[in-house]
Amino acid sequence: MEFKNEVIELLAEICQDDVVKEDPNIDLFSTTLLDSFGTVELLVQVEERFGITVPITEFDRDTWNTPNNIAKQLADFK
Amino acid sequence: MTPYGSFSFFIIIAFLLAPAVILGLKGKKFHSYNIFATVIALAIIFSSSFSESVALIAFTIWQVLLIKAYIAYRKKANSGTVFCLAVIFSILPLTISKLLPYFNQSNWVGFLGISYLTFKGTQLIMETRDGLIKKDISIIRLLYFILFFPTISSGPIDRFRRFDKYMEAEITQEQYKLLLYDGINKIFRGFLYKFIIGYSINHYFIANLGFISQSSFQDHLLYMYGYSMYLFFDFAGYSNFAIGVSYIMGVKSPENFNSPFISRNIKDFWNRWHMSLSFWFRDYVYMRFIFWITKKKWIKNRNSISNLGYILLFLLMGVWHGLEIQYIAYGIYHALLMVLYNSFERFNKKHKWWPQNKFTHVIAIIITFHFVCFGFYIFAGQLIK
Repeated sequence: MEFKNEVIELLAEICQDDVVKEDPNIDLFSTTLLDSFGTVELLVQVEERFGITVPITEFDRDTWNTPNNIAKQLADFK
Repeated sequence: MTPYGSFSFFIIIAFLLAPAVILGLKGKKFHSYNIFATVIALAIIFSSSFSESVALIAFTIWQVLLIKAYIAYRKKANSGTVFCLAVIFSILPLTISKLLPYFNQSNWVGFLGISYLTFKGTQLIMETRDGLIKKDISIIRLLYFILFFPTISSGPIDRFRRFDKYMEAEITQEQYKLLLYDGINKIFRGFLYKFIIGYSINHYFIANLGFISQSSFQDHLLYMYGYSMYLFFDFAGYSNFAIGVSYIMGVKSPENFNSPFISRNIKDFWNRWHMSLSFWFRDYVYMRFIFWITKKKWIKNRNSISNLGYILLFLLMGVWHGLEIQYIAYGIYHALLMVLYNSFERFNKKHKWWPQNKFTHVIAIIITFHFVCFGFYIFAGQLIK
């Protein structure tokens, strides 16, 4: 649970919007909260903070689309 | 024979794929037959040019050896220099084939589809570097992925891991029925787009512009919109054929177009136009470049990093289309649009200057449409050549 909150906190920083905390099931791409640039920032931060390396082409926008899903995918990568 | 260029091609394909359809409808495995069909189809497509056939075979051997060698190397070590060399070797045939005409040489390296096949090879090197391709790939699978005939001439550009999933998947009778239905549907939509709408625009509108328009300016203006429409219907029609045929062969090739003319901004446009190409550049050029610069902390300003990424991406995309000045100008134009839009988006996030409602959405689509059409006008070599 704690890990999930940390991921969502990081997403809020990158998207510069607290809506990701209020609605962790929001689609980050269709709402343009996250784009390719934001995705890279996220991956760089994930590597620095959590020590998890996610290859860019593993980040599939269909399955890494919401804060909850991203947290879940990252937990699987741990 | 040009793929999807004539009705005789479709008739040959219909006969060639009839056994695949029967096997699929019976719920039997059919990939071995499809591999055989691909060999026959390639022979028919390249039968008209001996030199292109030789170039295709040499290119394929080169790529396969390179990929195999890199996978073997990557199991033991992971040097950045070796990776860069592997990428350079992988795009070397394409580079030579683009440069040869400038040295007054006959293009003995080039063949139909070389630009598209190069993406597949380079992508395999990059994913091996990422550690996503670990196991040895069987030579047949590798060849089938690179040479898959429905998409050989102009894409859509598939990814190995995606393609390979369809090789592994067991397709039931019911699933195949749906695939076949969708595939045929797409092929007929392709007929409508390419041979009816695209052909009509070119034949009845663009070819008659001299009689329709009253001034030179009007002539160019009408050409700009006419050509943009023609380009879309022609290419989307082709893509529908390629995707439809691959469905019939049990592979869901990725989509290439998603109503590009209703894009609400230029970023949205590149998520809808020639998607398999723009996503390739997004994933393998832009995002990797940003990742690298951000990690090395060479440039602090996020905006500059992103803009540099766009300039790199679109210049490369322009050059990939060809070294002629209009393609490079097309790349620069889109790089410029992306940089400007990027600044606007940032400004708007702060000041909420452009409200989001139905009215502004329609206005945004209209503005984007005109900028996009002007881009195709450059692409066609009408502004500068």
